[in-house]
Amino acid sequence: MTDTNDDLKFTPLHALHLELGGKMVPFAGYAMPVQYPAGVLKEHLHTREKAGLFDVSHMGQAFLSGSDPARALESVTPADIQGIPEGMQRYGLLLSDEGGIKDDFMTTRLAGEPALYLVVNAAMKDADFAYIAQMLKGQAQLAPAPERALLALQGPLAADVLERHSPGISEMTFMQAKRVTVAGAPAIVSRTGYTGEDGFEISIDGKDAEKVARALLAEAEVLPIGLGARDSLRLEAGLCLYGHDMDDSIDPVEANLLWSMGKRRKEARDYPGAGRIGKHLQDGAGKKRIGLRPEGRAPAREGTEIADKTGRVIGRVTSGGFGPSLNAPLAMGYVEKEFAANGTKLDLIVRGKALGAEVVAMPFVPNRYKRAKK
Amino acid sequence: MSEVRFTDQHEWVRLEGDEATVGITRHAAEQLGDVVFVELPQAGRKVGAGGEAAVVESVKAASEVYAPVGGEVTAANSALEAEPAKVNEDPEGAGWFFKLKLSDKAEFAKLMDAAAYQEFVKGL
Repeated sequence: MTDTNDDLKFTPLHALHLELGGKMVPFAGYAMPVQYPAGVLKEHLHTREKAGLFDVSHMGQAFLSGSDPARALESVTPADIQGIPEGMQRYGLLLSDEGGIKDDFMTTRLAGEPALYLVVNAAMKDADFAYIAQMLKGQAQLAPAPERALLALQGPLAADVLERHSPGISEMTFMQAKRVTVAGAPAIVSRTGYTGEDGFEISIDGKDAEKVARALLAEAEVLPIGLGARDSLRLEAGLCLYGHDMDDSIDPVEANLLWSMGKRRKEARDYPGAGRIGKHLQDGAGKKRIGLRPEGRAPAREGTEIADKTGRVIGRVTSGGFGPSLNAPLAMGYVEKEFAANGTKLDLIVRGKALGAEVVAMPFVPNRYKRAKK
Repeated sequence: MSEVRFTDQHEWVRLEGDEATVGITRHAAEQLGDVVFVELPQAGRKVGAGGEAAVVESVKAASEVYAPVGGEVTAANSALEAEPAKVNEDPEGAGWFFKLKLSDKAEFAKLMDAAAYQEFVKGL
């Protein structure tokens, strides 16, 4: 992407970011705050301890309507979209005909509404919307909603804070979604996020965004959080970043995202790329996404080669850095399947030197979602 | 008497006799953000002016630290290995990276003085 400052788009909170001292950087065609004066480390730790507010208005929001939009959407994803209960959101992968991952996205079935509400990644939204519209032509109509803003309020105190501006909201559980009002503004709120913490995503009209953001930031528990901490939080939570930890050369089995495929869909094999993915489901894939804990304190960044103990390169880091909550470096990457078991000792080639690392289960930091009691 | 000079790569170097102490400037530390890891050169290593001498990493990114002047490394600030945050707290003091025995004083004289460096940062 060749961003020059001239053609960057602004979210509805741009003026507020500047007022808060946000350090603005180009991201997915938008000017976005990578951090505020508190800095990435404090913003990260604050989100895990209290509550952080993120502007994610650059993400793509849309509504999919038609006679049976859920059935239509299943032609581009292996997720069980028809099985999403009313008032729930579900994670899914958008697949190419060859079974490569074009993006990951969220689908919500709002109570009493025939249209599905979708959220896709910022960098992919134009391509995704064009692809979905084209693939579903004649079956469903996609209406992007660029007028909407999206805020995320994340952290153990997020529910207490949001309750003051949307009474009753704290009764929601993980992955539930509904229309409510927040600080007087009509909103679609889901109890989801990208940090591994409890929290909410709040979709509102762009014209209400600043009012809602200011109301939440006025609460003592809340700090504004930039994209830097968003990335370190999601990495500790073991969550993939599209374009880094997966792309259209990777399929859901390799990405270790089998859980996002519906059981009914796996059995029916009625999704794009069923040939390749079905074979990988049966025989296993040649490579697999894993978590790594490097020894010592040196981070291994994206692109770092992963070698076995004989020095043979068997994979590559796709996201790597330092986890403030872990107080240690951490990485995610792909390795040949023989080396993917937890506990496997490998080397990371950092600045020409082999640093020891161990394959570990993800998330690196335990999730604290507020799940419904069974 | 000691004298401090600066590079366009945002290192500072303080010269006392023929011993040069090197670190990153306050501006560099602020731009980098919270430092979580430093890799320091071993004593005895010879580095040329502008050569890679150390690494400093924040949560987000890794940056090289270059030797502002050539010479032989005489000491490294190993306190930074346990407490990398010192680089942010006191970049031009307790957050120093390494010391060099300077090989050519003319290299030092070519660097920016404090006023010139301040002008340089303003122009960025």
